[in-house]
Amino acid sequence: MTRSLFDKLWQSHLVQSLDSERDLLYVDRIFLHERTGSIALKSLAATGRPVQRPQQAFCTMDHIVDTFPGRGDSTIMPSGSEFITATRDACRDAGIHLFDLGDSKQGIAHVVAAEQGICLPGLSQVCPDSHTCTLGGIGALAWGIGSTDAEHALATKTLAVKKPRSMRVIFDGVTAPGVTAKDMILHLIGKYGADGGAGYAIEFAGSGIAALDIEARMTLCNMGVEFSAFTVFIAVDERTIEYAKSRPLAPKGAALAAAIADWQQLHSEPDAQFDKTLTIDCRDIRPTVTWGTNPRQSLATGERIPYPQSLPEEQQAAAIKALSYMDLQAGTPIGEVTIDAAFIGSCTNARLSDLRAAAAILKGRKVATGVAAVAVPASGQVKLAAEAEGLHTIFEAAGFEWREPGCSMCFYAGGETFGEGKRVISSTNRNFEGRQGPKVKTHIASPETVAASAIAGRIISANDLAELT
Amino acid sequence: MRQFIKHRGIAAPLLEPNIDTDIIIPSREMKRVSKEGLGEGAFANRRYTLPGGRDPNPDFVLNQAAYKDASIILAGANFGCGSSREHAVWALTDLGIRAVIAPGFGHIFYNNCFSSGLLPLILGAAEIAEIAAATESDPQRRQVEIDLENCEVAVGDKRFSFTIEAANRDMLLNGLDRIGQTLLLADEITAFESADRARRGWAYID
Repeated sequence: MTRSLFDKLWQSHLVQSLDSERDLLYVDRIFLHERTGSIALKSLAATGRPVQRPQQAFCTMDHIVDTFPGRGDSTIMPSGSEFITATRDACRDAGIHLFDLGDSKQGIAHVVAAEQGICLPGLSQVCPDSHTCTLGGIGALAWGIGSTDAEHALATKTLAVKKPRSMRVIFDGVTAPGVTAKDMILHLIGKYGADGGAGYAIEFAGSGIAALDIEARMTLCNMGVEFSAFTVFIAVDERTIEYAKSRPLAPKGAALAAAIADWQQLHSEPDAQFDKTLTIDCRDIRPTVTWGTNPRQSLATGERIPYPQSLPEEQQAAAIKALSYMDLQAGTPIGEVTIDAAFIGSCTNARLSDLRAAAAILKGRKVATGVAAVAVPASGQVKLAAEAEGLHTIFEAAGFEWREPGCSMCFYAGGETFGEGKRVISSTNRNFEGRQGPKVKTHIASPETVAASAIAGRIISANDLAELT
Repeated sequence: MRQFIKHRGIAAPLLEPNIDTDIIIPSREMKRVSKEGLGEGAFANRRYTLPGGRDPNPDFVLNQAAYKDASIILAGANFGCGSSREHAVWALTDLGIRAVIAPGFGHIFYNNCFSSGLLPLILGAAEIAEIAAATESDPQRRQVEIDLENCEVAVGDKRFSFTIEAANRDMLLNGLDRIGQTLLLADEITAFESADRARRGWAYID
């Protein structure tokens, strides 16, 4: 057999081919959230079509909820509570389990899905959120959809999908100390573009991937959508199985043994074929940060912001526009760019390992004067685990706010922002115009770089900070 | 769902690449638990002078008299990338947009279009530039005509052919409801599920 991981994941969910382009795929898990889940459930109920297998659908509150300590249903965003209560009502009516406010398991959809074992290796999962591909990190076939497709999945247990082409990206070799999964994905997008993965389902493979722990693999896969991939995933290995089998909703007993036997097959056969293969030498990757308004526009910390005319012609107009929005001068060393705020949070980089890494840098240090700093654990379980280790006291002693779980300032949906036009170093996934609020200038980086920059008050890596102090 | 067979309309150029769904509709404009009335928030960060305000920014193409009542957007590569928010499609259709012509689209946005009768039409960047050039002297009169039955775009005496997936074309031509279509296969889905349970019992939650 020469099947790739993609072939295996796809074929195991194939109900039937609909025509020469589209396949009908079985959807094992559907995850909803209060911003679009409420609309999907309300709209579906209006058609009179029931939710099939509601026990395989789940919902959380993450997008709009406030993250302040002591929060309730009311939000900074006007009308946010309408989304929250509508979601609560719709989930109750449909019989869908909701990770509600006040539940210690509440958190960001993709983080909760993995943490609870709702999503497992080899399962198909959809969610009306583009970062659903995060779950490819545990060998699942997971992708983001719109609200109407969420209705489709709820009502039919399937989706009609155009089969993507297959790509393998090999991360070869070992990264240098201080280089993280976030830097790996920013490097890939920087090299091949924000639409470099368009039309493809992508397997991340190679020794650089095998070396990553499961949470780092989820960080890498999370930004597959920033590469415009249909979805991304990583083969199952012993680390994946160790992670998956201990989740609260993992199968038990004989079912677990059967599951593990299936999971052990979730890798590409040695002679599997791909429509395209890219290779990244991990030794080329350095701590990376974005300077512009799309994720391709990045550089290694320590470098200078590029002159638009030094870029390929088709990127120049976008670079000029991005420099203007970001209020940056070409040629400036990124290390001289001062920041107003630092944010550690999101489904990309707010798991326990991320908080530990940031805390290791913050310990015994203080955030630079004038820099606002906020840390938002991705889930209630992450928050509890971090607090059990005392990480919250390190964050707070350094000058970070320590918040309740949610998407928070990854975007402006909750209505919270660091302020108009502020410059933010952020462990999130998108540096789009206005993403974190009106005119806010977002620089994306790893939690380590965010922590180091918060201390320095300017954009530097943890390695650079270590040399300074 | 609204049909799309033929459409003739004013085409507005928004040719920069990577117009993401945060630009098409910022989060804060998604105010209600509803698919309706989102046109007001479309392109809000560029269309209005102040964040959250409603004073038109004269520099934004859709605010210019020449492009009043535009129903076609001429776009750059990777239009609709980013967030999965279907509100981006609902905002465009509410604004009166019937088609977006781009060299490529974010895949979730692309898929979402077909649920709301919005045509995402793929042409090469050079062809789109030609269309923009052919309309710019008088966009109100030099309108663009899209014929989905024949997969052709026309402006003046120029003609451009495009391709689109047969199923998506059918959906728009006939105004089909995708969920209804799939529910016709309910027996096949049940049969798959029974066989799959025997293979992957661990994957099911009862």
